[in-house]
Amino acid sequence: MTKRQRIVVVGHGMVGHRFAQAAVERGLTETHDVVVFGEEPRAAYDRVGLTSWFGHPDGAEGLSLLPGGVYDDPRVRLVLDSVVTEIDRAARTVTVVSPPSAVGDLLSNPGAVTVHDYDVLVLATGAAPFVPPVEGRGKDGCFVYRTIEDLEAIKAASEAATSGVVIGGGLLGLEAANALVQLGLDTHVVEMAPRLMPVQLDEAAGVTLVRHVEKLGVKVHTAVLTEEIEGGDSVTGLRVRQAGTEEGAPTEVVEAQVVVFSAGIRPRDALARECDLATAPRGGVLVDEQCRTADPHVFAIGECAAPGGTMYGLVAPGYAMAEVVVDALLDGPGTFTGADMSTKLKLLGVDVASFGDAFATTEGALELTYADAVSGVYKKLVVSEDGRRLLGGILVGDASAYGILRPMVSSGLALPDNPEQLILPASSGVQLGMPDEAQVCSCNDVTKADILHAVAEQGCESVADVKQCTRAGTTCGSCVPTVKNLIEEHFASVGKVVDKGLCEHFRLTRQELFDVVAVHGYRRFDDIVEAHGTGRGCDVCKPAIASILASQTSTHILEPATAELQDTNDKYLGNIQRNGTYSVVPRIPGGEITPEKLIVIGEVARDYGLYTKITGGQRIDLFGARMEQLPAIWKRLVDAGFESGHAYGKSLRTVKSCVGSTWCRFGVQDSVGLAIALELRYRGLRSPHKLKGGVSGCARECAEARGKDFGVIATEKGWNLYVGGNGGATPAHARLLAGDLDTETLVSYLDRFLMYYVRTADRLQRTSTWIEQLEGGLERVREVVVDDSLGLGAELEAEMARHVGGYADEWAATLADPAKLERFVSFVNAPDTPDPTIAFTTERDQIQPIAPALIPVGAPA
Amino acid sequence: MIDLVRATAVCAVADIPLEGGVAALVDGLAVAVFRTHDGSVHAIGNVDPFSGASVLSRGIVGSRGEAPVVSSPMYKQAFDLRTGACLDDASVSVPSYDVSVVDGVVLVGGVR
Ligand SMILES: Cc1cc2nc3c(=O)[nH]c(=O)nc-3n(C[C@H](O)[C@H](O)[C@H](O)COP(=O)(O)OP(=O)(O)OC[C@H]3O[C@@H](n4cnc5c(N)ncnc54)[C@H](O)[C@@H]3O)c2cc1C
Ligand code: HEM
Ligand code: SF4
Ligand code: FES
Repeated sequence: MTKRQRIVVVGHGMVGHRFAQAAVERGLTETHDVVVFGEEPRAAYDRVGLTSWFGHPDGAEGLSLLPGGVYDDPRVRLVLDSVVTEIDRAARTVTVVSPPSAVGDLLSNPGAVTVHDYDVLVLATGAAPFVPPVEGRGKDGCFVYRTIEDLEAIKAASEAATSGVVIGGGLLGLEAANALVQLGLDTHVVEMAPRLMPVQLDEAAGVTLVRHVEKLGVKVHTAVLTEEIEGGDSVTGLRVRQAGTEEGAPTEVVEAQVVVFSAGIRPRDALARECDLATAPRGGVLVDEQCRTADPHVFAIGECAAPGGTMYGLVAPGYAMAEVVVDALLDGPGTFTGADMSTKLKLLGVDVASFGDAFATTEGALELTYADAVSGVYKKLVVSEDGRRLLGGILVGDASAYGILRPMVSSGLALPDNPEQLILPASSGVQLGMPDEAQVCSCNDVTKADILHAVAEQGCESVADVKQCTRAGTTCGSCVPTVKNLIEEHFASVGKVVDKGLCEHFRLTRQELFDVVAVHGYRRFDDIVEAHGTGRGCDVCKPAIASILASQTSTHILEPATAELQDTNDKYLGNIQRNGTYSVVPRIPGGEITPEKLIVIGEVARDYGLYTKITGGQRIDLFGARMEQLPAIWKRLVDAGFESGHAYGKSLRTVKSCVGSTWCRFGVQDSVGLAIALELRYRGLRSPHKLKGGVSGCARECAEARGKDFGVIATEKGWNLYVGGNGGATPAHARLLAGDLDTETLVSYLDRFLMYYVRTADRLQRTSTWIEQLEGGLERVREVVVDDSLGLGAELEAEMARHVGGYADEWAATLADPAKLERFVSFVNAPDTPDPTIAFTTERDQIQPIAPALIPVGAPA
Repeated sequence: MIDLVRATAVCAVADIPLEGGVAALVDGLAVAVFRTHDGSVHAIGNVDPFSGASVLSRGIVGSRGEAPVVSSPMYKQAFDLRTGACLDDASVSVPSYDVSVVDGVVLVGGVR
C-alpha cells in the first residue's frame, strides 16, 4: 500500500473551494488528504454575488458556498483565518500564521506560526484590487470592493456620507456604483477611458450604457484622470482633470466622503515569486495546460494563475482550472486551453452582454448594428467575412438574445440568411435550434447535451433538479432562462406539460422566485417583475411575492412597498365575508384563555353587534365588522392584550391542544404549555399555504394533532413529531418524522421543517402535497431536517430565529401608524357614510347578512 | 370628454395608492377609482356583479395581456379598468366612468 498523500491548498475562495469539492466528488480523497488554509475569517462565499450582501436577509451566511464551514468528507480540513506566509519548495513545507483570535485574550491565543508538509501544493490565492498610486489614497473613506469586510466598511462609512465616487467604470466599478446608489449616496463614476466598460463595449454601446446609468441617478465622468484625493484625515472629494490635458491644466473637484477604487485587479502571486517560481509579465503564476508550475509539486488555479501567460478575471475559467488539477492528480488527460470571456450582466437594472470577438478584430469581420436611442437599446453582431458565422457581439439594454447567440459563437453554427433578424426587435420569434454541443452554462461548462441528458435520463424535471445534477445555473445565474427553456422544450417534445410558472407574468415557480428574491435581495415588486417577469402582475403573483417578501424580511405587510400586493384579506387584516364585511379573530394561543379576556371578547362583540362563533381552531370568531369599524374593534382587543390571530393570512393559524398532563389523568406531558409556546413561536410566519399545528398530551390523541401540518404527541420519554397532515376535502394523516425528542430538539426540527417548506413549496401547496412531490418524499424531509444532509440546518434555524425575533403584532403596529389606518374608510370622499349595500337580519338572536341585491349587470342601479 | 361642471371631485390623486384603488360615493353610487403603474386613473362601478358586494376597489390591480385589470377580492374575476368588461365572462361587465385629473384632483363624471 502506498502512503496517503497530502495536498495543501492556499486560499479558500471560490476556486479553492471548487477544488476541494471536486477532490471529494471525484474520489481524490480516497488517496489524498486535503488541508485548505484560508486567510479570510469565513469559508468561501459567492464573490460573484458579493453585491447582494447589501440586501441579503442572512448577510454573509446567505452567500456562503459552504454553510457551516465544514466539508462532509473528514479527509478535507479547512483552516480559516490563517495566512500562508512562506513556501519552502526544497523541504516541501508551507509556513502558516494564525493571528490571535479577535475576541479571545492574547494569553490563551497569542497567534501561532506553524509549518506544514505537502506532497502537492495548490495555490488559489485569487487576486487583489489594484489601487493606483493616487495621492491621498490612504485617507479614511477610501475602500476597495472585494470581500465582505470591504462591504461592511463601505456600508458603515455610508451612514454618515452623502456622496460617493467610484474610480473605474468597468464591470466591477459599475457594480460598486450600484451598491453606493443602494446605500443612498449621491453616486459618481470616474473612468479614464472615453467610455464605460472599455474592455467589453465599443464606443456606441458605451454611450448607450451611460444614458441608462445616468437615468438611474449616477453621474458618469468619462475621459478624466484622478489627480488627488482631497481632505484631512478623511476624504472630502476627488480632484480630476480631463484626460489628454497637461499637468497643471484646470481641474475640477467631485465632492465625496466615500471613495471606492475599482481600477482593475492584480493576481496575488507574491508567494510564488518569493520562492522563485516564474510569473507572467502582467502578473499571475505561470503554469502549463495542466496548471502546473515549473515545480511538478506546485499548481496554481483561479485568478492567481496565468496559464500560458494570461490571467483570467472570471470565475468560470478558475473552476475549469480546479477540475483540471484534480484530473491531473488522478492521472487524467484534462487540460486548460483558454476560456470564453463572455459577459452578461444586469448593471443597475440594465442588461449588458459582450461575447466572442466583440471588437471585430478577426480578419475581414463585418459588423451589423441596431440602435434605438429612444428605448436605449444597442445591439451589434460581428460576423465572418462570408456572413456565415457569428464571431461575437455586444448587447446593451436588451440582452434577451444572449442565450442563443453566445452558443452560436462557440459552436460555429451557420447563421441564417438574414442574420440581422437576430437583433431586430421582435426577433424573439426567430428560434434557432442550438446544437447539442453548444455550451449553455459558461460558468460551469455545461452543454445543451448535458442538460438534455439530465432531463431525459436522470429524471430531472425542474431547473432546481438540473442545477443539482449538472451545476448549470448555480453561479452567475444568467443561463437559467435558457436552461428552463431547454427543459420545457424537451417536455413539450415528448408531449408532457410541465408549466410550473406562477402565472402569465412569471415563468418561474414560487421556489425559483423565492431564491431569486433572496439572492438579489429584492424588496419591491417592481424590481422583481422588471427583472424576471412581464406586465404588472395579478392576484396570483402579487400575493405570492408579498408572502415571499414577508417570510424573508419580517416587515409589516402594509408598508407602502407591499401593501398593494396583498390579497384583500391581508390588506385589511381580516377575512372578507360574502357581503363585503370582515371577520375579527384574536389569537388565543393553544386555546387557553382567562375569564377576563373572554369577557372582553363578549363585550366587544356585543357593542359592535357582531356574530359570534367558536371555531374548530379552539378560538372565537366575530363576524360582520364593516371595514371602517376594524380599527376601533381591534383597538379595544389590543388594549385588552389580544393580538392578530392571522386568520386572514397564508400563515400559522393555531396550535390546537388537549388539556394535557396538568389536568388530565392520562397525560404524560404538558401539551397546553407546548402548544402555546409553538403557537407564539410561529405566529405570523408567512407560508405558501395556511399552517396548522396540534399537540396531544398522550397517545390518545385528543387534540387530533395528526390531522395538522405538524402534530406533536407526548410519549413517556418526550415528544413524537408528525408532519404533513390536514383536514379539508382531501384529508391526510401526518406521518412520523422523529420520535422521543426532548423539547429543544423538537423545536429545532420544527424550525427546519417549516422553513424548508416555506422556502421550497409551490404557491398554495400544503405540507402534505409538498412532501409527496419532493423527490424521496418524507424520507427526503427526514434527511434534510433530521440528518441535516444538505448542511442547511443551521441556516434554516437562523432564518426562523430571525422571524421569531422580528415578529410584531400586525394589528398593534397598524393602529400605531396613521398612514396605515388611512385605507380603513368606507368612501374616500364620504368617510362617514357606511356602505349602503351591507344589511343584516336576525337569526337565533344574532345578526346574519342579507344577500346584497344583485345589481343588474352592465348598468348602474 | 368629462363634463367638468357635473363631475364629482373625489380625492387627490395621491390619495389613491399606486396600483391600488379607493371607493368613492358619486351621486349616491359606489365607484371604484384606481391608479395604475403608469400613473393613469380609471373609474368603474364598485359592486362586484358576482357577489353583489361593494368591494372591487379592494382588489389587486395588475395586468392581463395588455389590459390593466383589477381582480375582484371575492371570486377573483378580472375586470378591464378601461371598459369595465369582465375578462373571465364576456356576458358580464360593470359600468365604466369618465374620469380625469385636474390640478391633482380626481374628478369622476358620468357613466360612459
Ligand atoms: C464584486 C465582484 C463581482 C464579480 N462578478 C463576477 C461575475 O459576474 N462573473 C464572473 O465570472 N466573475 C465575477 N467576479 C470575479 C470572481 O469573483 C473571481 O473570478 C473569483 O472569485 C476568483 O476565485 P479565486 O478563488 O481565484 O479567488 P478568490 O475568490 O479571491 O479567493 C482567493 C482566496 O485566497 C485567500 N488568500 C490569498 N492569499 C492567501 C494566503 N497567502 N494564505 C491564505 N489565504 C490566502 C484570499 O483571502 C481569498 O479568500 C466578481 C468579483 C467581484 C469582487
Ligand atoms: C382512548 C380513548 C380516549 C380517552 C380515554 C380520552 C380521554 C379524554 C379526556 C379525559 C379528555 C379531557 C376531557 C375533560 O376533562 O374536559 C378528553 C378531551 C378530548 N378528547 Fe379525548 N379521549 C380519548 C379518545 C379521543 C379521540 C379518539 C378523540 C378524537 C379524535 C378525542 C377528542 C377529544 C377532544 C376534541 C377533547 C377536548 C374536548 C373539548 O374540547 O372540550 N378523544 N379526552
Ligand atoms: S390526549 Fe391524553 S392527555 Fe390529552 S386529553 Fe387526551 S387523554 Fe388526556
Ligand atoms: S452561465 Fe453563470 S451560472 Fe450558468
